[in-house]
Amino acid sequence: MDAIETIRVAKDSLFVNKLRSVLTMLGIIIGVGAVILLVSIGEGARKEIYKELGELGSNILVVVPGKTSKEGGMHMGTSVVRKITYDEAKFIEKRAKNILHAVPVIVGTSWIKYKGKSRDTYIVGVTEPYFEIRNLKMGIGRGISTSDVDSHLKVCVLGRTVRKEIMGDANPLGAVVSIGDAKYRVIGIMAQKGMALGFDIDDVVFIPTTSSMELFDTDRLFNITLKVRSTELVDRAKKEIKEILIKRHANKEDFTILSQDEMIAVMGKILNIMTAVLAGIATISLIVGGIGIMNIMLVSVRERTREIGIRKAVGAKNRDILIQFLAESIILSVAGGIGGVVLGVALSTGLKQLFDFLPTHITWWSVAIAFAFSALIGIFFGVYPARKASLYDPIVALRYE
Amino acid sequence: MVILSDITKSYILPGGEVEVLKGISLEIKRGEFISIMGTSGSGKSTLLNLIGCLDRPTSGKYLLDSIAINTLSGNELAEIRNKKIGFVFQSFNLIPRLSAIKNVELPLLYAGILTGERRDKAYEFLKKVGLSERGEHMPSELSGGEQQRVAIARALINNPAIILADEPTGNLDSKTGQEIIDIFKAIHREGSTIIMVTHEKYIAEQAERIITIKDGVCFGGCY
Ligand SMILES: Nc1ncnc2c1ncn2[C@@H]1O[C@H](COP(=O)(O)OP(=O)(O)O)[C@@H](O)[C@H]1O
Ligand SMILES: [Mg+2]
Repeated sequence: MDAIETIRVAKDSLFVNKLRSVLTMLGIIIGVGAVILLVSIGEGARKEIYKELGELGSNILVVVPGKTSKEGGMHMGTSVVRKITYDEAKFIEKRAKNILHAVPVIVGTSWIKYKGKSRDTYIVGVTEPYFEIRNLKMGIGRGISTSDVDSHLKVCVLGRTVRKEIMGDANPLGAVVSIGDAKYRVIGIMAQKGMALGFDIDDVVFIPTTSSMELFDTDRLFNITLKVRSTELVDRAKKEIKEILIKRHANKEDFTILSQDEMIAVMGKILNIMTAVLAGIATISLIVGGIGIMNIMLVSVRERTREIGIRKAVGAKNRDILIQFLAESIILSVAGGIGGVVLGVALSTGLKQLFDFLPTHITWWSVAIAFAFSALIGIFFGVYPARKASLYDPIVALRYE
Repeated sequence: MVILSDITKSYILPGGEVEVLKGISLEIKRGEFISIMGTSGSGKSTLLNLIGCLDRPTSGKYLLDSIAINTLSGNELAEIRNKKIGFVFQSFNLIPRLSAIKNVELPLLYAGILTGERRDKAYEFLKKVGLSERGEHMPSELSGGEQQRVAIARALINNPAIILADEPTGNLDSKTGQEIIDIFKAIHREGSTIIMVTHEKYIAEQAERIITIKDGVCFGGCY
């Protein structure tokens, strides 16, 4: 039996049960669509993070507490990690020849209140160079200055979202807000930065590191963000900081110094896992779709037992019957796969348009893999019913009512 | 052309083995028109299915056109059915989803004949059974007699050595049944070998020879 006729016969029998065929395909459509959509979300996140990290510039180093293994996996909670302190940051800035700035960063959350309105938000303690290092632009007013830090001044710079939520259109400069138990004077508003990965980077308040130490009652830093004098000096600077810190940490290397490349590598590993988990979840729905195909094909084989008998009586070989039914399940899954590609691409594009915090990124390989996988599923879950059909005894099949 | 020697056929049922054919020997020559008669359950259909290579005997020898059928595989039997046998059943056995002409084309499909030639030939055979206008009709849109004529066109299309008909008039009124028998007679005159199972005497008597089966053995007319 020729290929064109095989496809025509398969197509005809799928058309007889249009609704059933469409419902069966729906399983594959959703599965393939989900793979493409979820992978595009994961890859979109990767792109966004890489972009953010790339913007940091290649002469940035970040020192974080705890030792990260060479493979990039984090050791969490395995041993007591010695904290990195404000004084250490100051010490590095003073001693390390290759370092231009060392910013001690503290991150916490707290309520910020203004005239009866309040918001629970991120409070980030920084020093003056932070804004330049992280490429953060001021909207109005000024940023945190060195004298603010040195004098433990209670001043703050608000992100756009915080300002909008607690003060609306009121003139913010000079306004006094409550953070924790203390009063802070607003000295500046950040320029808008937008959303990244569902995280509103305008929903943040900057205060001097020294004030944040009082607010959170700690000298434990979130990290030290360092600017090296030049890109060529990054390796030397790393070595220098390492020596300084090891000496101060009783000869133990219980901290990690990450360069831009390493931050990208670490994030890449995390994102790989995230993408794999998303793809895995989506694949399960694809397999469920495949089981749906198998179920419907088994029903179809049973319903057409007599037809199989007739075809065999006029000369169909086992292989002809096998191919006929296999063609049906493959057409179902491939058509479902095409539908799924359309759905997945449409959804990821739509999401990107609708929500700027979900920067999806469609990759050709996820489309190719999802589509190929759907075809494979048609074969895999189609073989059993088709084989069953092909092995019917013609006499028994002809007698079937 | 058909030589059966001491053919038996048993079915294994939950209650034990039932021997339906108990040693049948018979010979049919090319161009003969044979009726097989016998009471219901005597094994007529079983015998016809064996001759038609739809089934295999439990023991005994079957030569069709000097080919030893016993030794063939399932797929080889399928090829024999395709090339040498044309079946006509009591219940027509058309595929309900396919139009009349598609049903007629079916044996050609498995003979590897391409679309255009298939259609032309199917049309030719539909015309032969007087249904040239009905090609695009679905089986459900045809009368019983018309459906059986489509089935005959399908049986003839591969130019088979034997036409096997299992009570072809069983589901038809006597007038329509006679029309079907007339078609068989016509194709017999053109040289076809026809073996027809029936339990109606007046139909059986229109054949050249009547084979009678009783309780799984040959009662008469086997040679
Ligand atoms: N596949 C089968 N399994 C079990 N018994 C069968 C099968 N086919 C036929 N028989 C039995 O064999 C006997 C002969 O059947 P059949 O050849 O159809 O008779 P006829 O066509 O003469 O009426 C019956 O008793 C029938 O029940
Ligand atoms: Mg019978």
